[in-house]
Amino acid sequence: MPVEIDVDHVARLARLALTAEERERFRRQLGLILEHAERVREVAADDVPPTSHPIPRSNVLRPDEPGPTLSHEEALAGAPDVDAGRFKVPPIIEAEG
Amino acid sequence: MPAELCDLTGHELGARLRSGDVTATDVLESSLERVRAVDERLKTFLTVTEDEARAAAARVDEWLTSRGDRRLPDVAGIPLALKDVLTTRGIRSTAGSKILEPYVPPYDCTAWARLRAAGSVLAGKTNCDEFAMGSSGENSAYGPTRNPWDLDTVPGGSSSGSAAAVASGQAVWALGTDTGGSVRQPAALSGIVGFKPTYGRVSRYGLIAFASSLDHVATFSRDVRDAATLLSAIAGHDPADATSLPDPPADYGEGLDAGVAGLRVGVVEDWLETEGVQPAVRAAVRASVDRLVALGASAERVSLPYAEYALSAYYLIAPAECSSNLARYDGVRYGYRAPGASDVVEMNMRTRGEGFGDEVKRRIMLGTYSLSAGYYDAYYGQALKVRTLVIRDFEEAFSRFDVLVSPTSPTVAFRLGEKTEDPLAMYLSDVFTIPANLSGTPAASIPCGLSPEGLPIGFQIMGRLADERAVLRTAYALEQDLGFSARPALLDSVAGS
Repeated sequence: MPVEIDVDHVARLARLALTAEERERFRRQLGLILEHAERVREVAADDVPPTSHPIPRSNVLRPDEPGPTLSHEEALAGAPDVDAGRFKVPPIIEAEG
Repeated sequence: MPAELCDLTGHELGARLRSGDVTATDVLESSLERVRAVDERLKTFLTVTEDEARAAAARVDEWLTSRGDRRLPDVAGIPLALKDVLTTRGIRSTAGSKILEPYVPPYDCTAWARLRAAGSVLAGKTNCDEFAMGSSGENSAYGPTRNPWDLDTVPGGSSSGSAAAVASGQAVWALGTDTGGSVRQPAALSGIVGFKPTYGRVSRYGLIAFASSLDHVATFSRDVRDAATLLSAIAGHDPADATSLPDPPADYGEGLDAGVAGLRVGVVEDWLETEGVQPAVRAAVRASVDRLVALGASAERVSLPYAEYALSAYYLIAPAECSSNLARYDGVRYGYRAPGASDVVEMNMRTRGEGFGDEVKRRIMLGTYSLSAGYYDAYYGQALKVRTLVIRDFEEAFSRFDVLVSPTSPTVAFRLGEKTEDPLAMYLSDVFTIPANLSGTPAASIPCGLSPEGLPIGFQIMGRLADERAVLRTAYALEQDLGFSARPALLDSVAGS
Protein backbone atom coordinates (compact mmCIF):
# COMPACT_ATOMS: atom_id res chain seq x y z
CA MET A 1 0.00 0.00 0.00
CA PRO A 2 1.24 3.50 -0.77
CA VAL A 3 2.60 5.24 2.33
CA GLU A 4 0.64 8.27 3.57
CA ILE A 5 2.89 11.17 4.47
CA ASP A 6 2.18 14.61 5.92
CA VAL A 7 3.49 16.65 3.01
CA ASP A 8 3.04 20.04 4.68
CA HIS A 9 5.04 18.97 7.72
CA VAL A 10 7.86 17.51 5.62
CA ALA A 11 7.99 20.54 3.32
CA ARG A 12 8.27 22.79 6.35
CA LEU A 13 11.12 20.68 7.77
CA ALA A 14 12.84 20.80 4.37
CA ARG A 15 12.29 24.57 4.05
CA LEU A 16 10.53 24.15 0.72
CA ALA A 17 7.67 26.40 -0.37
CA LEU A 18 5.46 24.14 -2.50
CA THR A 19 2.49 24.98 -4.67
CA ALA A 20 -0.83 23.21 -4.09
CA GLU A 21 -0.24 21.19 -7.24
CA GLU A 22 3.24 20.12 -6.06
CA ARG A 23 1.93 19.14 -2.64
CA GLU A 24 -0.67 16.85 -4.16
CA ARG A 25 1.72 15.33 -6.69
CA PHE A 26 4.51 14.71 -4.17
CA ARG A 27 2.03 13.20 -1.71
CA ARG A 28 1.08 10.65 -4.35
CA GLN A 29 4.56 10.02 -5.78
CA LEU A 30 6.40 9.84 -2.47
CA GLY A 31 3.81 7.38 -1.20
CA LEU A 32 4.55 5.07 -4.14
CA ILE A 33 8.32 5.45 -3.91
CA LEU A 34 8.24 4.73 -0.16
CA GLU A 35 6.07 1.69 -0.75
CA HIS A 36 8.82 0.35 -3.02
CA ALA A 37 11.59 1.42 -0.66
CA GLU A 38 9.90 -0.30 2.28
CA ARG A 39 11.08 -3.59 0.80
CA VAL A 40 14.36 -3.03 2.68
CA ARG A 41 12.52 -4.14 5.81
CA GLU A 42 12.06 -7.65 4.41
CA VAL A 43 15.76 -8.42 4.81
CA ALA A 44 17.21 -5.93 7.28
CA ALA A 45 17.44 -8.27 10.27
CA ASP A 46 18.41 -7.15 13.78
CA ASP A 47 21.80 -8.87 13.63
CA VAL A 48 22.91 -7.00 10.48
CA PRO A 49 25.06 -3.98 11.31
CA PRO A 50 24.41 -0.78 9.36
CA THR A 51 26.94 0.58 6.84
CA SER A 52 26.99 4.33 6.32
CA HIS A 53 30.17 4.44 4.28
CA PRO A 54 31.67 2.02 1.73
CA ILE A 55 35.23 2.30 3.04
CA PRO A 56 35.08 3.11 6.74
CA ARG A 57 37.70 5.56 7.89
CA SER A 58 37.76 7.36 11.19
CA ASN A 59 39.58 10.28 12.73
CA VAL A 60 41.14 11.38 9.46
CA LEU A 61 43.32 14.35 10.28
CA ARG A 62 45.64 16.49 8.25
CA PRO A 63 48.48 18.62 9.56
CA ASP A 64 47.20 21.89 10.96
CA GLU A 65 49.22 24.19 8.76
CA PRO A 66 48.33 27.76 7.82
CA GLY A 67 47.71 28.16 4.10
CA PRO A 68 45.96 30.47 1.65
CA THR A 69 42.21 30.84 2.18
CA LEU A 70 39.49 32.85 0.50
CA SER A 71 39.72 36.58 0.97
CA HIS A 72 36.84 38.43 2.56
CA GLU A 73 35.97 39.84 -0.85
CA GLU A 74 36.01 36.46 -2.59
CA ALA A 75 33.82 34.95 0.10
CA LEU A 76 31.21 37.66 -0.38
CA ALA A 77 31.46 37.85 -4.16
CA GLY A 78 28.61 35.42 -4.83
CA ALA A 79 26.22 36.66 -2.15
CA PRO A 80 22.77 37.85 -3.24
CA ASP A 81 23.00 40.78 -0.83
CA VAL A 82 25.82 42.25 1.25
CA ASP A 83 26.10 45.15 3.62
CA ALA A 84 29.28 46.56 5.14
CA GLY A 85 31.32 43.44 4.43
CA ARG A 86 28.69 41.02 5.70
CA PHE A 87 25.97 38.78 4.26
CA LYS A 88 22.64 40.58 4.45
CA VAL A 89 19.33 38.73 4.97
CA PRO A 90 15.73 39.79 5.62
CA PRO A 91 14.76 40.27 9.31
CA ILE A 92 15.14 37.22 11.52
CA ILE A 93 13.21 38.65 14.49
CA GLU A 94 10.77 41.52 14.56
CA ALA A 95 12.34 44.84 15.49
CA GLU A 96 10.94 46.17 18.79
CA GLY A 97 8.85 49.29 19.06
CA MET B 1 35.55 10.32 -45.00
CA PRO B 2 38.51 10.30 -42.62
CA ALA B 3 37.82 11.30 -39.03
CA GLU B 4 38.59 14.83 -37.90
CA LEU B 5 41.18 15.42 -35.19
CA CYS B 6 38.44 15.75 -32.59
CA ASP B 7 37.27 12.21 -33.40
CA LEU B 8 40.60 10.64 -32.41
CA THR B 9 41.40 9.30 -28.96
CA GLY B 10 43.54 11.08 -26.39
CA HIS B 11 46.48 8.72 -26.88
CA GLU B 12 46.34 9.06 -30.69
CA LEU B 13 46.31 12.84 -30.38
CA GLY B 14 49.07 12.75 -27.75
CA ALA B 15 51.30 10.83 -30.16
CA ARG B 16 50.61 13.30 -32.97
CA LEU B 17 51.29 16.29 -30.71
CA ARG B 18 54.61 14.78 -29.71
CA SER B 19 55.61 14.02 -33.27
CA GLY B 20 54.95 17.64 -34.19
CA ASP B 21 52.39 16.50 -36.74
CA VAL B 22 49.65 18.70 -35.21
CA THR B 23 49.48 21.45 -32.61
CA ALA B 24 47.25 21.62 -29.55
CA THR B 25 45.64 24.62 -31.19
CA ASP B 26 44.76 22.52 -34.28
CA VAL B 27 43.19 19.90 -32.03
CA LEU B 28 41.20 22.45 -30.05
CA GLU B 29 39.95 24.25 -33.17
CA SER B 30 38.73 20.91 -34.50
CA SER B 31 36.74 20.37 -31.28
CA LEU B 32 35.36 23.91 -31.27
CA GLU B 33 34.26 23.52 -34.89
CA ARG B 34 32.37 20.39 -33.88
CA VAL B 35 30.78 22.30 -31.00
CA ARG B 36 29.55 24.92 -33.48
CA ALA B 37 28.23 22.20 -35.76
CA VAL B 38 26.26 20.09 -33.26
CA ASP B 39 25.90 21.72 -29.83
CA GLU B 40 22.80 23.67 -30.69
CA ARG B 41 21.00 20.46 -31.61
CA LEU B 42 22.38 18.37 -28.75
CA LYS B 43 22.39 20.98 -25.93
CA THR B 44 25.61 19.54 -24.59
CA PHE B 45 27.28 22.54 -23.00
CA LEU B 46 26.04 25.05 -20.45
CA THR B 47 29.22 27.11 -20.83
CA VAL B 48 31.77 26.89 -23.64
CA THR B 49 35.13 28.15 -22.37
CA GLU B 50 36.58 29.06 -25.74
CA ASP B 51 38.99 31.80 -24.64
CA GLU B 52 40.42 29.87 -21.68
CA ALA B 53 40.77 26.82 -23.93
CA ARG B 54 42.67 28.74 -26.61
CA ALA B 55 45.05 30.12 -23.98
CA ALA B 56 45.61 26.64 -22.53
CA ALA B 57 46.24 25.11 -25.98
CA ALA B 58 48.70 27.91 -26.77
CA ARG B 59 50.60 27.14 -23.56
CA VAL B 60 50.93 23.49 -24.59
CA ASP B 61 52.16 24.52 -28.05
CA GLU B 62 54.65 26.89 -26.43
CA TRP B 63 55.91 24.03 -24.21
CA LEU B 64 56.31 21.77 -27.27
CA THR B 65 58.15 24.47 -29.19
CA SER B 66 60.50 25.47 -26.39
CA ARG B 67 61.06 22.22 -24.57
CA GLY B 68 60.03 19.49 -27.00
CA ASP B 69 57.88 16.64 -25.72
CA ARG B 70 60.05 15.90 -22.71
CA ARG B 71 57.86 15.26 -19.68
CA LEU B 72 54.75 16.62 -21.38
CA PRO B 73 51.89 15.12 -19.36
CA ASP B 74 49.63 12.62 -21.18
CA VAL B 75 46.57 14.84 -20.80
CA ALA B 76 48.25 18.00 -22.13
CA GLY B 77 46.58 19.58 -25.13
CA ILE B 78 43.62 17.19 -25.22
CA PRO B 79 40.17 18.87 -25.22
CA LEU B 80 38.22 18.00 -22.09
CA ALA B 81 34.63 18.58 -20.95
CA LEU B 82 33.60 18.80 -17.31
CA LYS B 83 30.18 18.11 -15.87
CA ASP B 84 28.78 21.30 -14.39
CA VAL B 85 28.68 19.84 -10.87
CA LEU B 86 32.49 20.12 -10.77
CA THR B 87 33.62 23.54 -9.62
CA THR B 88 35.91 25.61 -11.82
CA ARG B 89 37.46 28.76 -10.47
CA GLY B 90 36.12 31.84 -12.24
CA ILE B 91 33.90 29.75 -14.53
CA ARG B 92 30.19 29.48 -13.81
CA SER B 93 29.23 26.13 -12.26
CA THR B 94 25.46 25.62 -12.11
CA ALA B 95 25.06 21.91 -11.31
CA GLY B 96 22.25 22.06 -13.87
CA SER B 97 20.18 24.01 -11.35
CA LYS B 98 18.49 27.37 -11.42
CA ILE B 99 19.50 27.87 -7.80
CA LEU B 100 23.17 28.02 -8.86
CA GLU B 101 22.58 29.95 -12.10
CA PRO B 102 24.71 32.94 -10.96
CA TYR B 103 27.34 30.85 -9.15
CA VAL B 104 30.97 31.48 -10.11
CA PRO B 105 33.11 29.35 -7.75
CA PRO B 106 36.18 30.90 -6.15
CA TYR B 107 37.99 27.54 -6.28
CA ASP B 108 38.70 24.55 -8.52
CA CYS B 109 37.68 21.01 -7.70
CA THR B 110 40.76 18.85 -7.14
CA ALA B 111 40.23 16.72 -10.26
CA TRP B 112 40.22 19.77 -12.52
CA ALA B 113 43.04 21.47 -10.61
CA ARG B 114 45.23 18.42 -11.34
CA LEU B 115 44.22 18.30 -15.00
CA ARG B 116 44.68 22.04 -15.46
CA ALA B 117 48.18 21.89 -13.96
CA ALA B 118 48.97 19.08 -16.42
CA GLY B 119 48.02 21.15 -19.47
CA SER B 120 44.51 19.85 -20.01
CA VAL B 121 42.38 22.05 -22.29
CA LEU B 122 38.86 22.70 -20.98
CA ALA B 123 36.37 23.04 -23.84
CA GLY B 124 33.45 23.68 -21.53
CA LYS B 125 31.07 22.76 -18.74
CA THR B 126 28.40 20.23 -19.61
CA ASN B 127 24.69 19.97 -19.10
CA CYS B 128 23.40 17.45 -16.56
CA ASP B 129 20.43 16.48 -14.47
CA GLU B 130 20.01 19.02 -11.69
CA PHE B 131 22.50 18.25 -8.89
CA ALA B 132 23.21 14.97 -10.71
CA MET B 133 19.77 13.59 -9.84
CA GLY B 134 18.37 11.74 -12.80
CA SER B 135 18.98 9.05 -15.38
CA SER B 136 18.19 10.86 -18.62
CA GLY B 137 19.45 14.44 -18.48
CA GLU B 138 15.84 15.65 -18.58
CA ASN B 139 16.00 17.10 -15.05
CA SER B 140 18.37 19.89 -16.11
CA ALA B 141 16.97 23.37 -15.48
CA TYR B 142 18.50 24.30 -18.85
CA GLY B 143 16.69 21.77 -21.02
CA PRO B 144 17.51 18.17 -21.92
CA THR B 145 20.61 17.01 -23.78
CA ARG B 146 19.91 14.85 -26.82
CA ASN B 147 21.60 11.60 -27.74
CA PRO B 148 23.85 12.00 -30.81
CA TRP B 149 22.85 8.49 -31.93
CA ASP B 150 19.18 9.49 -32.20
CA LEU B 151 18.07 13.02 -31.38
CA ASP B 152 14.68 11.79 -30.17
CA THR B 153 16.30 9.76 -27.40
CA VAL B 154 18.09 10.68 -24.19
CA PRO B 155 21.86 10.23 -23.81
CA GLY B 156 21.34 8.85 -20.30
CA GLY B 157 22.14 10.70 -17.12
CA SER B 158 22.85 12.31 -14.96
CA SER B 159 26.13 13.14 -16.76
CA SER B 160 24.18 13.65 -19.99
CA GLY B 161 26.23 16.45 -21.53
CA SER B 162 29.61 14.91 -20.78
CA ALA B 163 28.50 11.66 -22.46
CA ALA B 164 27.08 13.46 -25.49
CA ALA B 165 30.18 15.68 -25.79
CA VAL B 166 32.51 12.69 -26.03
CA ALA B 167 30.16 10.65 -28.25
CA SER B 168 29.89 13.56 -30.71
CA GLY B 169 33.54 14.65 -30.83
CA GLN B 170 33.01 17.98 -29.09
CA ALA B 171 35.47 16.83 -26.45
CA VAL B 172 37.93 13.95 -26.62
CA TRP B 173 37.21 12.90 -23.06
CA ALA B 174 35.27 14.20 -20.09
CA LEU B 175 34.66 13.95 -16.39
CA GLY B 176 31.29 13.20 -14.91
CA THR B 177 30.08 12.04 -11.52
CA ASP B 178 28.61 8.64 -10.70
CA THR B 179 26.39 8.38 -7.61
CA GLY B 180 24.09 5.57 -8.79
CA GLY B 181 25.35 4.99 -12.33
CA SER B 182 25.45 8.55 -13.64
CA VAL B 183 28.59 7.92 -15.71
CA ARG B 184 28.26 4.23 -16.61
CA GLN B 185 24.61 4.43 -17.72
CA PRO B 186 25.05 7.46 -20.05
CA ALA B 187 28.28 5.90 -21.38
CA ALA B 188 26.26 2.78 -22.24
CA LEU B 189 23.44 4.74 -23.88
CA SER B 190 25.92 6.91 -25.80
CA GLY B 191 28.27 4.18 -27.08
CA ILE B 192 31.42 5.21 -25.20
CA VAL B 193 33.54 4.06 -22.26
CA GLY B 194 32.56 5.11 -18.74
CA PHE B 195 34.69 4.25 -15.73
CA LYS B 196 33.92 4.73 -12.06
CA PRO B 197 36.97 3.97 -9.93
CA THR B 198 36.90 2.84 -6.29
CA TYR B 199 35.14 5.19 -3.86
CA GLY B 200 37.69 7.74 -2.66
CA ARG B 201 40.15 7.07 -5.50
CA VAL B 202 39.49 10.55 -6.85
CA SER B 203 39.00 13.43 -4.45
CA ARG B 204 35.47 14.78 -4.12
CA TYR B 205 36.74 18.22 -3.15
CA GLY B 206 34.84 20.65 -5.35
CA LEU B 207 32.30 18.06 -6.47
CA ILE B 208 29.03 19.82 -5.65
CA ALA B 209 27.69 17.23 -3.22
CA PHE B 210 24.61 15.11 -3.85
CA ALA B 211 25.10 11.96 -1.69
CA SER B 212 28.55 12.05 -0.14
CA SER B 213 28.92 8.33 0.64
CA LEU B 214 27.94 7.41 -2.94
CA ASP B 215 29.41 10.24 -5.08
CA HIS B 216 32.38 9.39 -7.31
CA VAL B 217 34.25 11.47 -9.91
CA ALA B 218 34.37 9.24 -12.99
CA THR B 219 35.57 9.35 -16.60
CA PHE B 220 34.16 9.27 -20.13
CA SER B 221 36.42 8.38 -23.04
CA ARG B 222 36.31 6.75 -26.47
CA ASP B 223 38.50 3.86 -25.46
CA VAL B 224 39.75 2.04 -22.40
CA ARG B 225 43.34 3.23 -22.67
CA ASP B 226 42.12 6.81 -22.42
CA ALA B 227 40.05 5.92 -19.34
CA ALA B 228 43.23 4.67 -17.65
CA THR B 229 45.17 7.77 -18.69
CA LEU B 230 42.54 10.21 -17.49
CA LEU B 231 42.11 8.37 -14.19
CA SER B 232 45.88 8.37 -13.63
CA ALA B 233 45.88 12.15 -13.98
CA ILE B 234 43.19 12.77 -11.35
CA ALA B 235 43.62 9.92 -8.83
CA GLY B 236 45.56 10.00 -5.59
CA HIS B 237 45.15 11.18 -2.04
CA ASP B 238 43.91 14.69 -1.38
CA PRO B 239 44.14 16.19 2.12
CA ALA B 240 41.11 18.35 1.25
CA ASP B 241 38.82 15.27 1.15
CA ALA B 242 38.85 13.23 4.35
CA THR B 243 37.29 10.27 2.50
CA SER B 244 39.93 10.16 -0.21
CA LEU B 245 42.00 6.96 -0.22
CA PRO B 246 45.52 7.30 1.22
CA ASP B 247 47.19 5.87 -1.93
CA PRO B 248 49.41 8.20 -3.96
CA PRO B 249 48.81 8.74 -7.70
CA ALA B 250 49.53 5.67 -9.86
CA ASP B 251 49.66 4.61 -13.50
CA TYR B 252 46.40 2.77 -14.13
CA GLY B 253 47.48 1.98 -17.69
CA GLU B 254 50.06 -0.46 -16.34
CA GLY B 255 49.24 -4.03 -17.35
CA LEU B 256 46.36 -2.90 -19.54
CA ASP B 257 47.25 -5.30 -22.33
CA ALA B 258 48.04 -8.30 -20.10
CA GLY B 259 45.00 -10.16 -21.45
CA VAL B 260 42.37 -12.21 -19.66
CA ALA B 261 43.88 -15.72 -19.78
CA GLY B 262 42.97 -17.42 -16.50
CA LEU B 263 40.74 -14.54 -15.40
CA ARG B 264 37.69 -15.73 -13.43
CA VAL B 265 34.57 -13.94 -14.64
CA GLY B 266 31.33 -14.08 -12.64
CA VAL B 267 28.25 -13.52 -14.80
CA VAL B 268 25.36 -12.00 -12.87
CA GLU B 269 22.77 -14.23 -14.53
CA ASP B 270 19.86 -13.06 -12.35
CA TRP B 271 20.24 -9.58 -13.80
CA LEU B 272 20.51 -10.83 -17.37
CA GLU B 273 17.31 -12.79 -16.92
CA THR B 274 15.38 -9.89 -15.41
CA GLU B 275 12.18 -9.27 -17.31
CA GLY B 276 12.96 -5.62 -18.10
CA VAL B 277 16.19 -6.46 -19.96
CA GLN B 278 15.77 -5.98 -23.70
CA PRO B 279 16.53 -9.09 -25.80
CA ALA B 280 19.21 -7.28 -27.82
CA VAL B 281 20.94 -6.21 -24.60
CA ARG B 282 20.83 -9.77 -23.25
CA ALA B 283 22.20 -11.19 -26.50
CA ALA B 284 25.04 -8.67 -26.81
CA VAL B 285 26.12 -9.20 -23.21
CA ARG B 286 26.07 -12.99 -23.59
CA ALA B 287 28.09 -12.73 -26.79
CA SER B 288 30.66 -10.58 -24.99
CA VAL B 289 30.98 -13.15 -22.22
CA ASP B 290 31.60 -15.77 -24.92
CA ARG B 291 34.37 -13.59 -26.33
CA LEU B 292 36.03 -13.30 -22.92
CA VAL B 293 35.95 -17.09 -22.67
CA ALA B 294 37.40 -17.40 -26.17
CA LEU B 295 40.22 -15.11 -25.01
CA GLY B 296 41.08 -17.47 -22.17
CA ALA B 297 38.91 -16.34 -19.25
CA SER B 298 36.60 -18.72 -17.40
CA ALA B 299 32.99 -17.65 -16.87
CA GLU B 300 30.50 -18.93 -14.35
CA ARG B 301 27.16 -17.85 -13.01
CA VAL B 302 27.22 -15.76 -9.84
CA SER B 303 24.39 -14.64 -7.58
CA LEU B 304 24.11 -11.38 -5.69
CA PRO B 305 20.95 -12.27 -3.75
CA TYR B 306 20.57 -8.94 -1.94
CA ALA B 307 21.20 -6.83 -5.01
CA GLU B 308 17.48 -6.82 -5.74
CA TYR B 309 17.08 -4.70 -2.61
CA ALA B 310 19.85 -2.31 -3.60
CA LEU B 311 17.54 0.00 -5.54
CA SER B 312 15.21 0.36 -2.56
CA ALA B 313 18.09 1.01 -0.20
CA TYR B 314 19.59 3.52 -2.61
CA TYR B 315 16.35 5.50 -2.84
CA LEU B 316 16.42 5.92 0.92
CA ILE B 317 20.14 6.53 1.41
CA ALA B 318 20.77 8.90 -1.52
CA PRO B 319 17.78 11.18 -0.79
CA ALA B 320 18.68 11.22 2.93
CA GLU B 321 22.20 12.42 2.15
CA CYS B 322 20.84 14.79 -0.50
CA SER B 323 18.40 16.40 1.91
CA SER B 324 21.19 17.32 4.29
CA ASN B 325 23.75 18.28 1.61
CA LEU B 326 21.29 20.55 -0.16
CA ALA B 327 20.31 22.33 3.06
CA ARG B 328 23.17 24.74 2.25
CA TYR B 329 21.18 26.36 -0.58
CA ASP B 330 19.44 28.93 1.56
CA GLY B 331 19.78 32.09 -0.51
CA VAL B 332 22.27 33.64 1.90
CA ARG B 333 25.86 33.15 0.76
CA TYR B 334 25.71 32.43 -2.97
CA GLY B 335 23.30 31.44 -5.70
CA TYR B 336 19.71 32.47 -6.28
CA ARG B 337 17.58 34.34 -3.73
CA ALA B 338 13.83 34.79 -4.13
CA PRO B 339 13.04 38.51 -4.02
CA GLY B 340 10.66 40.31 -1.70
CA ALA B 341 10.45 37.98 1.30
CA SER B 342 9.56 39.69 4.57
CA ASP B 343 11.51 37.40 6.89
CA VAL B 344 14.41 35.02 6.60
CA VAL B 345 12.46 31.75 6.81
CA GLU B 346 10.10 32.85 4.08
CA MET B 347 13.15 33.83 2.02
CA ASN B 348 14.74 30.39 2.56
CA MET B 349 11.54 28.57 1.67
CA ARG B 350 10.72 30.58 -1.44
CA THR B 351 14.34 30.54 -2.64
CA ARG B 352 14.35 26.75 -2.46
CA GLY B 353 10.83 26.36 -3.82
CA GLU B 354 11.64 28.53 -6.85
CA GLY B 355 15.29 27.51 -7.25
CA PHE B 356 15.00 23.71 -7.21
CA GLY B 357 13.35 21.60 -9.89
CA ASP B 358 10.89 18.78 -9.49
CA GLU B 359 13.18 15.80 -8.99
CA VAL B 360 15.44 17.63 -6.54
CA LYS B 361 12.43 18.69 -4.45
CA ARG B 362 11.10 15.13 -4.58
CA ARG B 363 14.37 13.74 -3.24
CA ILE B 364 14.78 16.43 -0.59
CA MET B 365 11.24 15.62 0.60
CA LEU B 366 11.93 11.88 0.54
CA GLY B 367 15.18 12.28 2.48
CA THR B 368 13.72 14.70 4.98
CA TYR B 369 10.85 12.31 5.62
CA SER B 370 13.05 9.23 6.04
CA LEU B 371 15.35 11.05 8.46
CA SER B 372 12.57 12.67 10.45
CA ALA B 373 11.64 11.75 14.00
CA GLY B 374 9.79 8.44 14.16
CA TYR B 375 10.82 7.23 10.68
CA TYR B 376 14.61 7.19 10.89
CA ASP B 377 14.90 3.59 12.11
CA ALA B 378 12.14 2.32 9.88
CA TYR B 379 13.62 3.65 6.65
CA TYR B 380 17.13 5.08 6.72
CA GLY B 381 18.38 2.70 9.43
CA GLN B 382 17.03 -0.33 7.59
CA ALA B 383 18.51 0.84 4.29
CA LEU B 384 21.97 1.02 5.88
CA LYS B 385 21.61 -2.64 6.88
CA VAL B 386 20.76 -3.57 3.32
CA ARG B 387 23.90 -1.73 2.27
CA THR B 388 25.86 -4.13 4.50
CA LEU B 389 24.14 -7.11 2.88
CA VAL B 390 24.93 -5.87 -0.63
CA ILE B 391 28.59 -5.38 0.34
CA ARG B 392 28.70 -8.94 1.77
CA ASP B 393 27.30 -10.24 -1.53
CA PHE B 394 30.15 -8.59 -3.38
CA GLU B 395 32.76 -9.88 -0.90
CA GLU B 396 31.46 -13.41 -1.31
CA ALA B 397 31.43 -13.09 -5.12
CA PHE B 398 34.92 -11.62 -5.26
CA SER B 399 36.28 -14.48 -3.17
CA ARG B 400 35.59 -16.66 -6.21
CA PHE B 401 35.82 -14.25 -9.14
CA ASP B 402 38.20 -11.54 -10.34
CA VAL B 403 35.51 -9.50 -12.07
CA LEU B 404 31.71 -9.59 -12.32
CA VAL B 405 29.91 -8.73 -15.53
CA SER B 406 26.36 -7.71 -16.46
CA PRO B 407 24.47 -5.31 -18.70
CA THR B 408 25.12 -1.70 -17.68
CA SER B 409 21.52 -0.72 -18.33
CA PRO B 410 18.50 -2.95 -18.97
CA THR B 411 17.67 -0.99 -22.11
CA VAL B 412 19.22 1.07 -24.85
CA ALA B 413 18.53 4.82 -25.01
CA PHE B 414 14.86 5.62 -24.41
CA ARG B 415 12.81 8.40 -25.91
CA LEU B 416 12.67 11.89 -24.44
CA GLY B 417 9.64 12.17 -22.19
CA GLU B 418 9.13 8.42 -21.99
CA LYS B 419 9.80 8.16 -18.25
CA THR B 420 9.46 11.70 -16.95
CA GLU B 421 5.98 11.16 -15.50
CA ASP B 422 6.94 8.00 -13.63
CA PRO B 423 9.87 8.47 -11.19
CA LEU B 424 10.00 4.76 -10.31
CA ALA B 425 10.36 3.70 -13.95
CA MET B 426 13.19 6.22 -14.33
CA TYR B 427 14.90 4.91 -11.17
CA LEU B 428 14.84 1.37 -12.61
CA SER B 429 17.25 2.33 -15.39
CA ASP B 430 20.01 2.38 -12.74
CA VAL B 431 19.13 -1.00 -11.25
CA PHE B 432 22.40 -2.66 -12.38
CA THR B 433 24.71 0.25 -11.66
CA ILE B 434 23.57 1.18 -8.14
CA PRO B 435 25.06 -1.84 -6.30
CA ALA B 436 28.65 -0.75 -7.14
CA ASN B 437 27.91 2.67 -5.62
CA LEU B 438 26.64 1.13 -2.40
CA SER B 439 29.80 -1.00 -2.18
CA GLY B 440 32.26 1.53 -3.64
CA THR B 441 33.74 -1.08 -5.99
CA PRO B 442 35.24 0.02 -9.33
CA ALA B 443 33.08 -0.56 -12.41
CA ALA B 444 33.25 0.24 -16.11
CA SER B 445 30.85 0.27 -19.02
CA ILE B 446 32.11 -0.36 -22.53
CA PRO B 447 30.11 -0.50 -25.77
CA CYS B 448 29.50 -4.10 -26.85
CA GLY B 449 27.11 -3.84 -29.78
CA LEU B 450 24.12 -2.13 -31.34
CA SER B 451 20.40 -2.85 -30.96
CA PRO B 452 18.25 -3.48 -34.05
CA GLU B 453 17.39 0.25 -33.99
CA GLY B 454 21.10 1.04 -34.15
CA LEU B 455 21.48 2.21 -30.56
CA PRO B 456 24.54 1.27 -28.47
CA ILE B 457 24.53 -1.40 -25.75
CA GLY B 458 26.78 -1.23 -22.67
CA PHE B 459 28.66 -4.08 -20.98
CA GLN B 460 29.40 -3.58 -17.28
CA ILE B 461 32.54 -4.93 -15.60
CA MET B 462 32.83 -4.66 -11.81
CA GLY B 463 35.99 -5.34 -9.79
CA ARG B 464 37.18 -5.73 -6.22
CA LEU B 465 37.67 -2.65 -4.08
CA ALA B 466 40.87 -0.87 -5.17
CA ASP B 467 41.40 -3.27 -8.10
CA GLU B 468 40.82 -0.83 -10.96
CA ARG B 469 43.44 -2.64 -13.02
CA ALA B 470 41.49 -5.91 -13.26
CA VAL B 471 38.46 -3.99 -14.55
CA LEU B 472 40.51 -2.01 -17.06
CA ARG B 473 42.44 -5.06 -18.26
CA THR B 474 39.19 -6.97 -18.86
CA ALA B 475 37.60 -3.99 -20.57
CA TYR B 476 40.65 -3.48 -22.77
CA ALA B 477 40.82 -7.12 -23.86
CA LEU B 478 37.13 -7.16 -24.76
CA GLU B 479 37.30 -3.81 -26.51
CA GLN B 480 40.25 -4.92 -28.67
CA ASP B 481 38.46 -8.14 -29.53
CA LEU B 482 35.06 -6.60 -30.32
CA GLY B 483 36.50 -3.74 -32.36
CA PHE B 484 33.34 -1.66 -31.82
CA SER B 485 33.74 1.20 -34.29
CA ALA B 486 30.20 2.40 -35.00
CA ARG B 487 29.57 6.09 -34.56
CA PRO B 488 26.49 8.30 -34.50
CA ALA B 489 24.97 8.98 -37.92
CA LEU B 490 24.75 12.64 -36.90
CA LEU B 491 28.50 12.90 -37.41
CA ASP B 492 28.20 11.86 -41.07
CA SER B 493 26.09 14.94 -41.69
CA VAL B 494 28.62 17.28 -40.10
CA ALA B 495 30.62 19.27 -42.61
CA GLY B 496 34.23 18.17 -42.82
CA SER B 497 33.86 14.84 -41.06
